[in-house]
Amino acid sequence: MTAPAVPAPRSGLARPFLRLRVAGYAFFLPFLVAFLVTVVAPLAYAIYLSFFQDRMIGGTVFSGLANYARAIGDALFGAGLLRVALFLVVQVPIMLLIALGCALAIDSGRLRWPSLFRITIFMPYAVPAVVAALMWGYMYGDEFGLVGQIGDALGVALPDLLSRSWMLASIGNMVTWEFVGYNMIILYAALRAVPEELYEAAEMDGAGAIRIAWSIKLPALRPALLVATVFSIIGSFQLFNEPNILQTLAPAVITTSYTPNMYAYNLAFNGQQINYSAAVAVVLGLVTVVVAYAVQLLTARREKTL
Amino acid sequence: MTAVAAGRPGAHRSAKARRRRRSPALTVIMLVMFVYAVLPLFWLLANASKSGGDLFSTFGLWFGGDFHLFANIGDTLSYQDGIFLRWFGNTVLYSVVGAGGAALLATIGGYALAKYDFPGRRLLFAMVLGAISIPGTALAVPTYLLFSRVGIVDTPWAVLIPSLCSPFGLYLMRVYAADAVPDSILESARIDGAGEFRIFRTIALRLLAPGFVTVLLFALVATWNNYFLPLIVLNTPDWFPLTVGLNQWNAQANSGTSGAGDATYQLILTGSLLSIVPLIIAFLVLQRFWQSGLATGSVKQ
Repeated sequence: MTAPAVPAPRSGLARPFLRLRVAGYAFFLPFLVAFLVTVVAPLAYAIYLSFFQDRMIGGTVFSGLANYARAIGDALFGAGLLRVALFLVVQVPIMLLIALGCALAIDSGRLRWPSLFRITIFMPYAVPAVVAALMWGYMYGDEFGLVGQIGDALGVALPDLLSRSWMLASIGNMVTWEFVGYNMIILYAALRAVPEELYEAAEMDGAGAIRIAWSIKLPALRPALLVATVFSIIGSFQLFNEPNILQTLAPAVITTSYTPNMYAYNLAFNGQQINYSAAVAVVLGLVTVVVAYAVQLLTARREKTL
Repeated sequence: MTAVAAGRPGAHRSAKARRRRRSPALTVIMLVMFVYAVLPLFWLLANASKSGGDLFSTFGLWFGGDFHLFANIGDTLSYQDGIFLRWFGNTVLYSVVGAGGAALLATIGGYALAKYDFPGRRLLFAMVLGAISIPGTALAVPTYLLFSRVGIVDTPWAVLIPSLCSPFGLYLMRVYAADAVPDSILESARIDGAGEFRIFRTIALRLLAPGFVTVLLFALVATWNNYFLPLIVLNTPDWFPLTVGLNQWNAQANSGTSGAGDATYQLILTGSLLSIVPLIIAFLVLQRFWQSGLATGSVKQ
């Protein structure tokens, strides 16, 4: 960041300062307008709506925190939150560890065809979540599913990956497939920024590859790893596309409240409970922000103690 | 993890990465990842190339008896009076206008935050950073309600307007502009009497180009793959993007009410294949840009 604003002196210099300020505001204005219209206004409207209820008698009335009280006690919402929390705790570490391994491998210089691996592992990121979910869903499924075909060929009964007990893991695999390469690229970009002299000095001191990875590469990756973690946490809480698509293939397993986001969507569009849906969306947003912030604080504190 | 396989403690290596000894074990591990990444795409290609009968009777990981891809493409494009082409055109419109606009606004805004000192600048930047962690989908339902009040639900505007704002793009451009545009160049242009807008247009924009392309590409992916918002704000199939349209076909194929279900699978597979080709090409062609642009965003905090 540049130095804090110097108070404009009351001399002839004031005019150029003013001119720069006006230009700064003018350049920022278009983004600000878009931001107000697409982020601030819907957010404010959601908060506003969440304080009202639609009553049989009296129409829409102010209800204070009643919708929030209902959301906190709502077993369906709670189950959905627990489900995405479980997803988060299992899927995110697996995905980030694989991404970290791939980034270190590509950066190690000991790999044949490193750029081929970099591009192909990243490729699924460019595939729409809808197409990814359809593709994997068909492969899991029984119509012309690959999993069933492989089971038949081997003469064993493979589990039904669209069943209740396997569904979350099946979605986890889809999300991992979509985003492992994206995270790998972020981590790899951070590794590329480590100055070569650092490695040279370490090697001069007799450090081996593991030592270099542990003492130079991992600390250098810390900011990028934090960014990747926070984005993955947000993505997990927002889970919607994959389960929503799979609902067509496994309607008995994926209920309308399978994830909190699906719940909010179905409340608003199939249940006509717009006010309550807004409260659910606001609580979900708050939970996401709190968890993402807590992770950042925890990492910051650990850095201090080290 | 895999770094362990690469490690040969004590082995003395030359400093340059290019000259390090290759590790076959590491390459094999990465080949597994390669197969994981490519296998579903290959499956899609193989099955989009099959006839309807072969799809159900032949093994999924190889091509069927005859190569039906072009016939399938023909069927997909002509189904329901060519609605697929219409969806394709909609997706192109939404992503080019939406992502182009988002990248432009983020570039100008990021440049303003990085290079101009105006009161409230830090607060605004903090607000935008906070917005990155607001779930986009949490905003979608209220956006729908707002838009239905204004009367733009079920029009292209309802998809285009929300995609114009990219908080992450602004963050990336602010970081990028801080380094890419030296203050000294701005100062000397001002001394020469150039106006601020002219400085931006003739000098800064060119220096910001790699960052712009990065933001553009990622905004392009976000809009091309957008599903939740169009699903909510659009009702008329004529305005659907590919993602919503393909899922409508999927629902049709699985509804089981019509005997046409099985034939629709062929269309969904071929349509899916057609819908992922443009983005993959864009990423391959513009590799240099997005890789360097991402490096900036992930290293600096």
